[in-house]
Amino acid sequence: MRKLKLIGGSIVAVLLLAACSDSLDQSTLNPAGPVAQKQEDLFQFVFWLAVAVFVVVEGALVLFVWKYRHRPGAKPSGVHGNTKLEIGWTIAPAVLLAVITVPTITGIWDLAETPTGPDVIQVDVVGHQWWWEFRYPDQELVTANELVIPTGTQISIRLCAAGASGAANPKTANPDGGVGPQASGPALGAPCVDPAPNLGNAVIHAFWVPRLAGKQDVVPGRTNEMYLSADEPGLYPGQCAEYCDWSHANMRFQVKAVSPEEFSAWLTEQQAEAAVPGAGSLADKGMQDFANGSCIGCHAIKGVEGAAAVQGPDLTHFASRDCFAGCMFPTYNEDGSFNAEAMKAWLEDPPAVKPGSWMPNYHLKPDEVEALIAYLQSLT
Amino acid sequence: MSTAAMPNQRSGGLFRRPTATGGVWGWIVTVDHKKIGILYGATALIFLIVGGFEAMLIRAQLAQPNGQVLDAATYNQMFTMHGLTMIFLVVMPLGAAFTNYLVPLMIGTRDVAFPRLNALSYWIFLFGGIFLYSSFVLGGAPNGGWFGYAPNSVATAGDNMSFYAIGLIILGIASTVSAVNLAVTIINMRAPGMTLMRMPVFIWMTLVVQFLLIFALPVITIALVELLFDRQFGTFFFDAGHGADPILWQHLFWLFGHPEVYILVLPAMGIVSEILPVFSRRPLFGYAFIVFSGIAIGFMGWGVWAHHMFTDGLGPVANSAFAITTMFIAVPTGVKIFNWLGTLWKGDIRFPTPMLFAIGFVALFVIGGLSGVTHAVVPSDYQQHDTYYVVAHFHYVLFGGAIFGLFGGVYYWFPKAFGRLLNEKLGKIHFWLFFIGMNLTFGPFHLLGMQGMPRRIYTYPAGHGWDFMNMVATVGALLMAVGMAVFTWNVIATFRKPKDAGNDPWDARTLEWTTSSPPPEYNFEEVPVVHSLDEFWYRKYAHSKDGELVPVQSGASDAAAKGSYGGGHAGDHGEGADADHGGGHGIHLPSPSYWPIVAAAGLPLIGYGILYGWWMAFLGGAIMIVGLYGWVLEPSVEE
Repeated sequence: MRKLKLIGGSIVAVLLLAACSDSLDQSTLNPAGPVAQKQEDLFQFVFWLAVAVFVVVEGALVLFVWKYRHRPGAKPSGVHGNTKLEIGWTIAPAVLLAVITVPTITGIWDLAETPTGPDVIQVDVVGHQWWWEFRYPDQELVTANELVIPTGTQISIRLCAAGASGAANPKTANPDGGVGPQASGPALGAPCVDPAPNLGNAVIHAFWVPRLAGKQDVVPGRTNEMYLSADEPGLYPGQCAEYCDWSHANMRFQVKAVSPEEFSAWLTEQQAEAAVPGAGSLADKGMQDFANGSCIGCHAIKGVEGAAAVQGPDLTHFASRDCFAGCMFPTYNEDGSFNAEAMKAWLEDPPAVKPGSWMPNYHLKPDEVEALIAYLQSLT
Repeated sequence: MSTAAMPNQRSGGLFRRPTATGGVWGWIVTVDHKKIGILYGATALIFLIVGGFEAMLIRAQLAQPNGQVLDAATYNQMFTMHGLTMIFLVVMPLGAAFTNYLVPLMIGTRDVAFPRLNALSYWIFLFGGIFLYSSFVLGGAPNGGWFGYAPNSVATAGDNMSFYAIGLIILGIASTVSAVNLAVTIINMRAPGMTLMRMPVFIWMTLVVQFLLIFALPVITIALVELLFDRQFGTFFFDAGHGADPILWQHLFWLFGHPEVYILVLPAMGIVSEILPVFSRRPLFGYAFIVFSGIAIGFMGWGVWAHHMFTDGLGPVANSAFAITTMFIAVPTGVKIFNWLGTLWKGDIRFPTPMLFAIGFVALFVIGGLSGVTHAVVPSDYQQHDTYYVVAHFHYVLFGGAIFGLFGGVYYWFPKAFGRLLNEKLGKIHFWLFFIGMNLTFGPFHLLGMQGMPRRIYTYPAGHGWDFMNMVATVGALLMAVGMAVFTWNVIATFRKPKDAGNDPWDARTLEWTTSSPPPEYNFEEVPVVHSLDEFWYRKYAHSKDGELVPVQSGASDAAAKGSYGGGHAGDHGEGADADHGGGHGIHLPSPSYWPIVAAAGLPLIGYGILYGWWMAFLGGAIMIVGLYGWVLEPSVEE
């Protein structure tokens, strides 16, 4: 048993090293920002204390079991207890726990602060079933699935949940899930984002980027706050951590940290209206299909007339994001080509790709799918 | 106590009382606490196999990235039903099996305070479990997690979560009925001389659990009724769109949910506290401290619920307060563990299967306790919350803890209940398969959680670095499944061999071992008079001046005292089996009754009525009322 644990321990160590090379690394043991670093430091502190206690207690257990195993002529003790010992082993853990309590409490208050200052960037995160919307209120930007932030900058995050009631035709789209017995209007309290999210069928999610910050819940009708920042440029995967029904596992996203210069370039790009495809092109047909079909009922595209709905992700700069459909798929293949294959599967039958998806199967014709893919690809 | 036990003959009576004590009918109408305990145990073990099967499906799905074994909708039902089954249909009723069977025997009385109520609680439990499982064929099992967080549990379509709400209300009624019964029994019906501080630790832990049940179940019942109203009648208890706060559900759920954790684990702690001294052949170290730390856990368990909600955004004041309370509930738990170590210290330790499970309990519970403390460190919990790290933690506590303790109890008391010792060799294989298997499964969960794997995901892509550990966990789960098969075979094989246990195969310390195995219906020919803690031990042994054990002439025990456990020749054959025909005449026992099962049968019908049409509810209500009237009006003994 001891040996087994030793072997287990070395396996753990090897895997920890291996884990760092994975492309989708979202390990809390590999922090990449000050908040996650602080949480990791505290974990390490408590973890090693726990290891010490573990060694002492399990060591005593193994020792006693070995030393006092039955032997012929053994004389078991008749001692019923020892008050001094009892007091001792009541106070000792209490003291140890008191020691842990101090950094715990200071940590709680540290992380509860709202960062202030001219450099702080405000982001409103809206949790939908099953994708993430990111709003930059000061920059008047809306994006989805990929949160772009500058490195070394505090990002102050407000979290709120939105429901999908009012989404196109949900009953037929989703006969087995997602539709509750009643729909309802906006919250009575102050809305956390403007315009106020629809709370009908909104459920709880949790926003979590393990390498940058621990999670906070996204609760309908409440506005929770947290902050994070990234030290180095890179892609940091995250995902919803509170069970939110059918496709909870597919509610992923990523944080893309870029240099401040790249970030301001990105801002300018994103504030622009959507690209208008050349008349008569395949993409142009896609735009017509988008505007005349069902898509426009849920998706906004800045620059396309009437495309302002908020139930689905804003598609204005769809092709500038590295992933789509709750980050189930990369937008581009490894060779840099557009991931038309996944896009096609997604548009042809969304609930088959992402169980429970609120985007129903519209039974698009092959030429419509092709045109829509061309249009989406043009939305850089 | 019970009306049925009173000898006043009510003349005539509308209904005859059944007399059957054998056959299937005998089990259906029984009010004997031992038979009811066995029913509870057998039912719980069957549900354990079902819940284990669900776990195997979960592990099969997660063994590799992009698993194709289950689809999302099925997976979500599986993890929900796995949790509900293991908590409400396995660990709680297994605890109830031991309490029902053992409480009267250990406190030296002939039955529980309200024997028919005892039968009622079992039948309600059984029907509640069947109701919950009937959802699989009626459109889909609960799929919102055992925690059923609103508003998802309201918004999700289908009747799945209505089955959850109604099923848990029914199971809650069963537990409440049983808790009242057992609390009254322990407080009022102890044998002469058995003062509170002479009660076995198992009885103490049981008493704490009954009070936890009595106070915790109403809280979840309120939440469940509100959920049911939101779902079925369009109220808005949890709808933020109508000004409600969904966090209300979480407060109610965890205000029940945390005491529930102790409801699950305290019986196992009691069992371990019985097993360790017997096989160390020395008194339990620090009896009073173990008892009082159990009571302290019972009280403190009410003040820690929001540690399940650290990421809810309750604010730094609430998080700090609950961090502190959570830290300090580790103290009484630690005290227990140290005292168990103290019991092993300077013992004369033997390792039959019950002892292996008890030592395994201590070893594994320590790990679960330590990871529990790391959750109390709130900033670090922001990372761990809702990850596999938490899944690891509570499986160490509930599998390594509760299940190991309960299996220790099964091996320990099986010879008392059935007169036969379970096979030691198979028992040891079972133990090692469970011990290695559970560490292989739940050990890697710690790492997976720290590597960012959230709970309740039906799939994950390759590239997170989770693949290998998930495969290891699945292999471990397979080992546990084999262990369960070995146990099942052991039970079947044991029933095929003759009764070999004798009254006291383990050279034990408590009163249940003074009577035959299995005990006669009336438990004790003469109600024992108790002079000390470990009464039976001190009838068998005295301590000489230099502290050595000296057998008392008249009470000296079986072959077990000579050190042969489970060899198949331990002890006085037949004494138990024959005791039924010996004395015991003139001892008045409550007669069997068919009204408990009738009254219980109405409840699931009321449940179906809420979902499928009121006529069923009225029918169910009518059956219940008939059952209760029959109960009241039936004569007190067979005519």
